[in-house]
Amino acid sequence: MIHVENLTKYYDNFCAVDQLNIEINKGEILGLLGPNGAGKTTTLKMLTGYSKPSSGTIQVNDYNIENNPLEIKQMIGYLPESSPFYKDMLVYDYLEYVSKIKGIKPSDRHPRLRYLADLCGLNHIMHKAIGELSKGLNQRVGLAHAMMNDPEILILDEPTQGLDPNQIVEIRHIIKKIGQEKTVIFSTHILSEAEATCDRIIIINRGKIVADGNTADLKQAADQKTIIQLSLLNAETEFVQKTLTAIEGINQVEQIGLTDDGVLNIKAYSNSTEDLREKIYKAIKATDWVIIEFLQEAKTLETIFRDLTRQIN
Amino acid sequence: MWQFTHILKKELKDYFISPIAYIVISIFLIITGWFFFSTFFLYDQANMRGFFSLLPIIFAFVIPAITMRLFAEELNMGSYEILLTMPVTFSDIIFGKFAAGFIMTGAMLLLTLAYPISIAFIGDLDWGPVIGGYLGALLLGGTFSAIGVFASSLTHNQIIAFILGAAICFALTLIDKMLFFFPESILNFVEYLGADFHFRNVARGIIDSRDLIYFISIIFISLYSTYLALQKKE
Repeated sequence: MIHVENLTKYYDNFCAVDQLNIEINKGEILGLLGPNGAGKTTTLKMLTGYSKPSSGTIQVNDYNIENNPLEIKQMIGYLPESSPFYKDMLVYDYLEYVSKIKGIKPSDRHPRLRYLADLCGLNHIMHKAIGELSKGLNQRVGLAHAMMNDPEILILDEPTQGLDPNQIVEIRHIIKKIGQEKTVIFSTHILSEAEATCDRIIIINRGKIVADGNTADLKQAADQKTIIQLSLLNAETEFVQKTLTAIEGINQVEQIGLTDDGVLNIKAYSNSTEDLREKIYKAIKATDWVIIEFLQEAKTLETIFRDLTRQIN
Repeated sequence: MWQFTHILKKELKDYFISPIAYIVISIFLIITGWFFFSTFFLYDQANMRGFFSLLPIIFAFVIPAITMRLFAEELNMGSYEILLTMPVTFSDIIFGKFAAGFIMTGAMLLLTLAYPISIAFIGDLDWGPVIGGYLGALLLGGTFSAIGVFASSLTHNQIIAFILGAAICFALTLIDKMLFFFPESILNFVEYLGADFHFRNVARGIIDSRDLIYFISIIFISLYSTYLALQKKE
């Protein structure tokens, strides 16, 4: 549905987006992840046609952003990062204005506004000036604005920023609901959010794609290293090192610290795919150490994200 | 095709919902009314010449005050980004905003019709020059609105937009009064640049294509420059 080829954007000499190639299919919920300044917002701005690419092409269905910007803008609903709307306008006036510009027939306007007010929970603030609204309410007005003409593609730039936990759940719910029929692209730097909502995740860093796939793919593709944390009482560093490295599969044992109560914290690293916890337990059982903590670090999206975005730096 | 009307309506609504329109119109009426009528009874003539000779210089700072917010406010708030991601073209946006500024100018002029009407009651007013004067005032208002829109598209700051717009309008109004500074060879050219010169021609009731072309081309150049300025921005 959306075909992005060699998309590049320079701000003066700074390369914000570097040769991006993305293929987005209909009905996908795509999460764009990346640290601050990775080029997420710039990419989204180019997709909406607001910002012109320095080079590369964006194709939506049969339309090209160069030649048919109006057709593409008609298909896209966009929620910008800080939802900057006209502060003096009333919510109702603003949404009505948007419905006119987006070409909704006069007879359909009122039902559409009602539907969106219900969906986004705006009923009690329709008569208020946008400038008076809190961040979260403002964000909901933005969502209604973006969904006004029932667009094929919804582009949301950090949609849950500044919302309270209840609202975040609500917005996620809305995104999931829309994502059943429409294509949703959103950027975020909250990883749990991407994990909970997205069918597909793209991680970008310094304008380049560093990972692309669903959560399971990403976890598999990431480094296979397993880390086991141990806290032991009654143990001597040297002896522990010797015992643990003797276990097949463990290639490094590192002492993290020794507390005043005599608790020894260590980390064991392994490259094997085998689960080593049983072997470790048996090895410790043969000694008189006391296990205070025994934890295998799970590969979360967070660790993957950190690995991927740090490696490049 | 008619997308610009939505922007026009929204801008007009903004003007009349907020106090801007009322403040600017009141200031305009007080200034014109005071300067015009303070000498009107001394001359003891039933015409509007005094009013129309004042108009260009008053327009030169009132109209940029009307148009200063059109783009500068949007650029400053960031709502410009939203506007551009909606299905409208640059020409819709520019023309809608220009038309809003122009209609505001028209609304100010409409209220000054009270002057000729009251003069017609107390004396024998010749309506010819008055109609010519109002036609010229509309052309001049359109020209200054276009210049103001251009000035507003250059900056995020409304005050800078106002000063810039007023400076250009003042220069065009006063340039034909500074002719003695210029060498004789370019005198005609410099005089032709002056907005006041063309306004006086139209206000005298002589409608010459040269004057019309002058006003229309300044409007076109300003709006096209606005287009170029907006294209540059991202």
